[in-house]
Amino acid sequence: MMRVLLLLSMAALLSGCSAQWGWYVVNPATESGLANLKFLLSGLYYTVLLSLTAILISMVTGLLVALPGLSENRKLRAFNRLYVELVRAVPILVLILWVYYGLPQLSGLAISVFWAGVIALALSDSAFQAEIFRAGIQSINRGQYEAAHSVSLSYADTMRFVILPQAIRRILPALGNQLVYMLKMSSLVSVIGMQELTRKANELVVTEYRPLEIYTILVLEYLVLILIVSAGVRWLERKMQADERN
Amino acid sequence: MASKGAEPVIRMEGVSKFFGTFQALKDVSLDVKSGERVVVCGPSGSGKSTLIRCINRLEKHEQGAIIVDGVTLNDSRSSLNAIRAKVGMVFQQFNLFPHLTVLENLTLGPVRARNMARAQANDLAMSYLERVRIPEQAEKYPRQLSGGQQQRVAIARSLCMEPEIMLFDEPTSALDPEMINEVLEVMTELASSGMTMVCVTHEMGFARRVADTMVFMDHGELVELATPETFFSAPESQRCKEFLQKILHH
Ligand SMILES: Nc1ncnc2c1ncn2[C@@H]1O[C@H](COP(=O)(O)OP(=O)(O)OP(=O)(O)O)[C@@H](O)[C@H]1O
Ligand SMILES: [Mg+2]
Repeated sequence: MMRVLLLLSMAALLSGCSAQWGWYVVNPATESGLANLKFLLSGLYYTVLLSLTAILISMVTGLLVALPGLSENRKLRAFNRLYVELVRAVPILVLILWVYYGLPQLSGLAISVFWAGVIALALSDSAFQAEIFRAGIQSINRGQYEAAHSVSLSYADTMRFVILPQAIRRILPALGNQLVYMLKMSSLVSVIGMQELTRKANELVVTEYRPLEIYTILVLEYLVLILIVSAGVRWLERKMQADERN
Repeated sequence: MASKGAEPVIRMEGVSKFFGTFQALKDVSLDVKSGERVVVCGPSGSGKSTLIRCINRLEKHEQGAIIVDGVTLNDSRSSLNAIRAKVGMVFQQFNLFPHLTVLENLTLGPVRARNMARAQANDLAMSYLERVRIPEQAEKYPRQLSGGQQQRVAIARSLCMEPEIMLFDEPTSALDPEMINEVLEVMTELASSGMTMVCVTHEMGFARRVADTMVFMDHGELVELATPETFFSAPESQRCKEFLQKILHH
């Protein structure tokens, strides 16, 4: 369905204004076109690696920030609020610049482009993850804690074996959203020179002067990547539901 | 346990419990001997759940003392852990873990909290599933079972922790009528095995058969405490008389 739509729109674009297009830059039949295509696709590695690393870190951080938000202790809850409100208020691009150019001055340590990107993306996303986890954990019935209490589980075991497995099932769609969001936001790390999809496209545009074709390819790259991720998340959802049924 | 003689295994002395300014328990005193079966009844909101929830520290009492098998209930971690190991609880809504199979529900506590080996915990779980007569359901998930079966799983889950005392908070009130008996039968069998039990229930037939002591609560007070014979034939207080009339003749 999706594929058909894509082909149709491509065909319409190509035929309607063929004089404007110069697909030769990425024509895999020619040697230079193939090289260009490979160059563009080579950005995939860092886009995926950056996004996955960042989302893993932001999920763990988000969970660690969510837990104090659920505490009865007022100071712990205040820490949660402060973190979420502060981090959520900084634009991602600003955070990327700040971490890459600012943080080394502050800490005296040089930081690689990759890790600057990971830290900025993870930090920014963790505030949202914290809210997602908090809502997910709060949605679990109090009776589950009481049952865990009555079979002597510790707080850590209650979370690990009783509450989180149920909460994560419920927040899976939201976590999938965050991963999609992360893949898209990783394009911002191109501004500090990360060799991911967007940066590759920008560099090719500079040498080939064919922004229309190259950025169209870029759009398609993100589209396909994200469709695959969505399908994966949907598959995981179905699998987890099936686990509970049979 | 039985050799402790007259020493009560649960001792509540002048226990009061507040929710904000609302007093849910008013100066409640109650002794339960080892092996004794206590049935608690009373109108809705009278504090029955609060009473038994204080015994395993799901609620904290503000005044008075609760001593369970020599352990005084307070804020210390050691007292909390000791109490939870001694006291099992069965809830009105079962509170099974929905993402775990029946067997996993039963073995989670033994494996994680009692550090039992997986194989040993499985054997223990199967023996208790046989006792509640549903060993064939071990691999199913809670939602695939009937309410009566779920409650029996919940009872087995508590028993797997090998508690000395079992608390029941209206274990049959969420069940369809035809499933009440299968749960009461399991509880009756448990009672005959000598388990110390405190049950909140309005199943008066069950109470007559198994209770050693009847307790009637109203407005957070323990109003009446008697043997079933006296309790059902000649309750002392007017409040208890009216309550019994209502639930026995509806
Ligand atoms: N967590 C709570 N916060 C505030 N009030 C509470 C809380 N738990 C119980 N109460 C109040 O304490 C009183 C006693 O409640 P409890 O649940 O012990 O009654 P009960 O006798 O078990 O009633 P029921 O038969 O309806 O289960 C009720 O008035 C109830 O509203
Ligand atoms: Mg109650």
